[in-house]
Amino acid sequence: MEIPPPLGAGGVEARLFPLRVFGAGPRLSRRPASAGEPPTKGCRAYPDGVAQTAPVETERPVGEEDVVPDVPWIVIVWNDPINLMSYVVFVFQKLFGYPREKATKLMLDVHHKGKAVVAEGPRERCEFDVSRLHAHGLWATMQKDR
Amino acid sequence: MAAPIKRSRRGGFDLRISAQERDVLVTLPETLRALLVSGDADDPVLKRLYPSAFADDEEASVEFDAIVHDDLLEQRLAAIDTMERTLQARHLTEDELVAWLAALNDLRLMLGVRLAVTEEATPGDFAGDPEAESAFELYRYLSYLEEHVVAALSG
Repeated sequence: MEIPPPLGAGGVEARLFPLRVFGAGPRLSRRPASAGEPPTKGCRAYPDGVAQTAPVETERPVGEEDVVPDVPWIVIVWNDPINLMSYVVFVFQKLFGYPREKATKLMLDVHHKGKAVVAEGPRERCEFDVSRLHAHGLWATMQKDR
Repeated sequence: MAAPIKRSRRGGFDLRISAQERDVLVTLPETLRALLVSGDADDPVLKRLYPSAFADDEEASVEFDAIVHDDLLEQRLAAIDTMERTLQARHLTEDELVAWLAALNDLRLMLGVRLAVTEEATPGDFAGDPEAESAFELYRYLSYLEEHVVAALSG
């Protein structure tokens, strides 16, 4: 990332792109919802109460998947030579509601270590986050937290 | 030097860039639009704008892309349209400036990937190739502008 000039501190607007299509919390995976998952469990980026969760499936298929524990997923942002450091901080604040200090620390991790875990949680939530990061031009991937 | 973009006391943002700078920006939105709608999946810029979502699962990445691609494209085109429409404006609403930010960032990604820039890139790296030299100059101007847009939106 490029080195930015110092910026004034300040709040970040809560919207950048009209993500109306994503607003309902899409289920992108074919995996059925796991049993017993509380609706607000998961992604630390989303405090309880604001968390958007996938619709609860009332009729779950009975099968092996029901007894496989839900493995949490993580969202990783990778370093790239183009995105401005200030822009990356801005995006982390806007998308995840992180305070400026935390967003800056994550950006510096990306910059110096090559990557950083910026969010974690259920698969659907991470897919939503990755799509928003891609919409903002960040290089993001997701994987199971191993 | 005064900031090119400043939050206005009457709401929104004042855009203080010269006619010459606006002229420089004029052809960019159309260039990006043409690339976006070309849908050339092998183009390195498009690969960068729509990265694989799953580092270790190509099939899941393809499925993910099939679901989100059109929405991301629509957002990108809408941002370009807004920037193009307000290119000569002296005053932008917050939504318009947010669209400028999205378009500027995509334009930087486009030029940066084309030029294969590094974090340490300098104009000297492109000496002898007039086209690349001017593209890098443009890239640096967009960086300057985007930096100020981020600062204005954050302030």
